[in-house]
Amino acid sequence: MESLIHARGLIKRFGDFTAVDGIDVDVRRGEAFGFLGPNGAGKSSTMRMIGCVSPPTDGVLKILGMDPRRDGPKIRGRLGVCPQLDNLDIELTTRENLTTYARFFGIPRKEARRRADELLEFVQLTERADSKVEPLSGGMKRRLTIARAMVNQPEMVLLDEPTTGLDPQARHLVWERLFRLKQQGVTLVLTTHYMDEAEQLCDRLVVMDGGRIVAEGSPRSLIEQYSTREVVELRFNTEDQAAYADKLAGIGDRLEVLPDRILLYVGDGDGAADEVNRRSLSPASVLVRRSSLEDVFLHLTGRTLVD
Amino acid sequence: MPRLLSFEGTGRRAASVTERNISTLRSAYWVVMVSGFLEPVLYLFSIGVGVGALIGDITLPGGEVVGYAEFVAPAMLAASAMTGALAETTFNFFGKMKFVRLYEGILATPVRPIEIALGELAWAMVRGVIYSAAFVVIMTLMGLTTWSRALVMLPATLLVGLAFGALGMAVSTIIRSWQDFDLIAAGQFALFLFSGTFVPPTAYPEVVRWLIEATPLYRSVDLIRALSTGTTGWLQLADVAYLLALMVLGLTVAGRRMAKQLCK
Repeated sequence: MESLIHARGLIKRFGDFTAVDGIDVDVRRGEAFGFLGPNGAGKSSTMRMIGCVSPPTDGVLKILGMDPRRDGPKIRGRLGVCPQLDNLDIELTTRENLTTYARFFGIPRKEARRRADELLEFVQLTERADSKVEPLSGGMKRRLTIARAMVNQPEMVLLDEPTTGLDPQARHLVWERLFRLKQQGVTLVLTTHYMDEAEQLCDRLVVMDGGRIVAEGSPRSLIEQYSTREVVELRFNTEDQAAYADKLAGIGDRLEVLPDRILLYVGDGDGAADEVNRRSLSPASVLVRRSSLEDVFLHLTGRTLVD
Repeated sequence: MPRLLSFEGTGRRAASVTERNISTLRSAYWVVMVSGFLEPVLYLFSIGVGVGALIGDITLPGGEVVGYAEFVAPAMLAASAMTGALAETTFNFFGKMKFVRLYEGILATPVRPIEIALGELAWAMVRGVIYSAAFVVIMTLMGLTTWSRALVMLPATLLVGLAFGALGMAVSTIIRSWQDFDLIAAGQFALFLFSGTFVPPTAYPEVVRWLIEATPLYRSVDLIRALSTGTTGWLQLADVAYLLALMVLGLTVAGRRMAKQLCK
């Protein structure tokens, strides 16, 4: 299988600070690949190196089989980039943002106009084509940024937190458009800290923490590997949830005490809930749910706030 | 550091940056353009013609005697080429680089930092050449130079603009805040007053004279005044070399510092 991204021991340092600390990654053509991790995990630094705007400090990095240090312009010509913060051109209209951007790739004017109209249609912004960018909503701006990333018909699109800050309607629309791109054979590489986003979009992902990769696999395999099938969330009417930890011993594979509740990681949630009742612990609430990527994420990267 | 091995496609990519600026032209921009054009014209009439009536004639270094307006007009042309280039490459360029994050988007495409610098410089020249052309027409109509000399002066103003534009960009990559623009404006005004514009540098003490003759605006005034009055010599080749060197230096510094700041 052809690797569009091939990294070995990739390192990025800013002075004394190591943002990316020796990661190995391979992304294959046609897949949707995710970088997950808390803020400061090194996701964006990795994305900037992949986008050939940030030279690696050390290690091997090949993008589309080429060396970013030498072939930057050629590689960037075949990538689409949707940055974390929209950097649309506020002096131009919605359509001009696409046609002007197309010119940076050397696309002829007529073709640029044709693609702009097509992409505006794709991201449902045709009606706002001649509007300035500033009054557009956050979701519209993000869709326009995604359209802009498509203007050179890229083989691979890099999306840095594509739906951060969007309302649920806008998020679902963005997901749906990204899914359609993937169906068209475009390779998607995205960073996110939304677990539902990763589960929705990614075929394969890595979890980053402190500049390193701490886990790798499909969302399903990561859940199987790092969590149990189900989780039981118990709330007790007490100031000190930990007091109940001993009484719950032996139920499930693992138990986690949080300030407001206790999580039981179990194979069979209903069975575990029954056992809790048998021990007459009478929790104020019991919630049985499927294990999610979020459980994996918190298990691997901890619950401490990083920023 | 990204290496600059090949300049293949550089011209096209730089042109796409210029083209982007042209797309932003809106009606309001013409107000800015008109005010920039008026400034040297007002100086020419108030000082060149007005004060000139009290001063009479001036003797050039080569011994030729010219009217005061003839002496001041080419200096105003050089100064306006400087002002036009600096307006675009300091204030506007700094804003695009630091606050609008415009270049961040452009650098995700094949366009490289040095190509943005070249494209912005070319854009500044579009504006500068319009100022210069209008001013040269006024000079010729007032009989301060001839049509054939005016034709040669235009490319010379372009060179002046390129040198100051490149310098402005280099400075913009170095300064940190909007407040620093007050310093730039002050420096620019000092250059405007003392670079042999209204008074020949020989009127000052020896040390000051040397200082003046080393400034880029004096070299520009010297070049354009010689062309305008038809008194060119070897010294003007030195002016051209000086301005070319300033342009190359400015572009190199600007390109390097942009890459360092934007491609971290």
